[in-house]
Amino acid sequence: MSGITFIRQLAEVVLAIAIAPLFSGWIAQCRAWLQNRSAPPLLQPYRMLDKLFHKDAALAMDASALFRATPYVLFGAMALAAAIIPSLVTDLPLARVADAIALIGLFATARVFQSLAAMDIGTAFGTMGARREMMVGFLAEPALLMVLFNAFLVFGSTALPDLVDGYAAHRAAVDPSVIFAAVAFLMVLLAENARLPIDNPATHLELTMIHEAMLLEYSARHLALVEWASSLKLFNYACIGFALFLPWGIATHGQDGGLPLFLAFAALIGKLALAGAALAFVESLSAKLRIFRAPEYLAMAFLIAVLGLLVHLLLRA
Amino acid sequence: MPTSHLIAQVLNVLAAGLLLISFAMLSRRRTQRLITLLAWQGAILFLSTCLVAHSSGLSEIYYSAALTLMLKVIALPWILHRLIYQLGAQWDSEPLVNIPATMLVGLVLVIFAFGLAQPISMLATTITRHTLGIALAVILLAFLMMITRRKAITQVIGFLAMENGLFFAATSATYGMPMVIELGIALDLLVGVFILGIFFFQIREQFDSLDLHHLESLKED
Repeated sequence: MSGITFIRQLAEVVLAIAIAPLFSGWIAQCRAWLQNRSAPPLLQPYRMLDKLFHKDAALAMDASALFRATPYVLFGAMALAAAIIPSLVTDLPLARVADAIALIGLFATARVFQSLAAMDIGTAFGTMGARREMMVGFLAEPALLMVLFNAFLVFGSTALPDLVDGYAAHRAAVDPSVIFAAVAFLMVLLAENARLPIDNPATHLELTMIHEAMLLEYSARHLALVEWASSLKLFNYACIGFALFLPWGIATHGQDGGLPLFLAFAALIGKLALAGAALAFVESLSAKLRIFRAPEYLAMAFLIAVLGLLVHLLLRA
Repeated sequence: MPTSHLIAQVLNVLAAGLLLISFAMLSRRRTQRLITLLAWQGAILFLSTCLVAHSSGLSEIYYSAALTLMLKVIALPWILHRLIYQLGAQWDSEPLVNIPATMLVGLVLVIFAFGLAQPISMLATTITRHTLGIALAVILLAFLMMITRRKAITQVIGFLAMENGLFFAATSATYGMPMVIELGIALDLLVGVFILGIFFFQIREQFDSLDLHHLESLKED
């Protein structure tokens, strides 16, 4: 019995690692269509990774061990996060070990390592990107925590699988505070994953970069791992969103066997396709904010999440 | 019974949407976006009024819902759009000082409104009584918007948003006001917006801008 759950756990992580670049490719494709450009092929991220893995890595002379270890740390942290988030099944042995607050800690660890590695070389752009990343991160984290607290209050647990199970148990209950939490979560997702209102992932202008500026010194397999980790991060955030707001189809506790698993897989693919299109749509509608507007944007996300808590307390009856 | 429970839940969700739009209005700079948001607020109001009418079985609430649709979703936003087009103020944006601080004040207002409405809503018997706090919060947030804005048009938008909040409070606490009063208010609003539109042109002719700070001094220096 426990062997099977471990196999499922492993399968979920492998699936997350495998289809995360596909999700990024799908978003890029949707964005290109919305901007009337001819889209890159769906498998472009895989080709990119393949190309990078076949190159020889170049390291700066001053690079320390930290710089070299960071890509592996990032990738490991994101893969572990994928193991905690119930994207297909809720009966995950690893998810019992760490709740959603530990998950945010995991993301924070990855962020600290990435920023330190960017500062490690000592170039101006890397340092600038690291500072901006830390600023965005420390403003986005409380907002994300508030969103999660909102869900915790509704279902009385801090573990994501329990939330999904709880939702399946009383399906009819739609809490109005969910609207606020969803809006705040979307804002945090865009900010945390270096998407458009805060950071443009496709920019070539170093002065406006946040995420890209930190990767300027990486090459070959290191760059491939970092890029893969960031697409995994986006995938993880999307799956957190599904677990919190659209938990339909996820195979809940006790639903063993092939059919629920297959349904969960189909539901996940469908939700990812819709979410990718929606993200591309939101991004195409918004212009990049000045970096000094970023605190304003994230403060709004935080306040909306707090508002959700208040509304929940008011309308609980 | 389950359907009325469901309706109450949908109403709660709509009320939450109303509050969310109020906060969005507080943080928008562009006048045109504000008008769009006002129209959305009217649409949510229309939906919630229809639901209240359906659940209470009072047919006259349908009339007031239709009035809301015509006036607040179609007529007033259209008039305002035309006004800012004629004034050449489509892309006007006003310098807002410190949006996070404004939002924090808004949050305090929401807490205040919720606390204030708690004992009142205990007395009400309608299925929507829990949304009274939200209605009160929408009114106070519109107040806050009128206080923090300086342009004449945005003040009018704040005024209309406040009326939306009052209307919502009326439907949620007592299933709406008598038809005569509602018609009177609707006419007042329409005429008010017309007159204020004329005022806009006068103000701009006098001061070459729509900034109300010019009205604060009695004489020109």
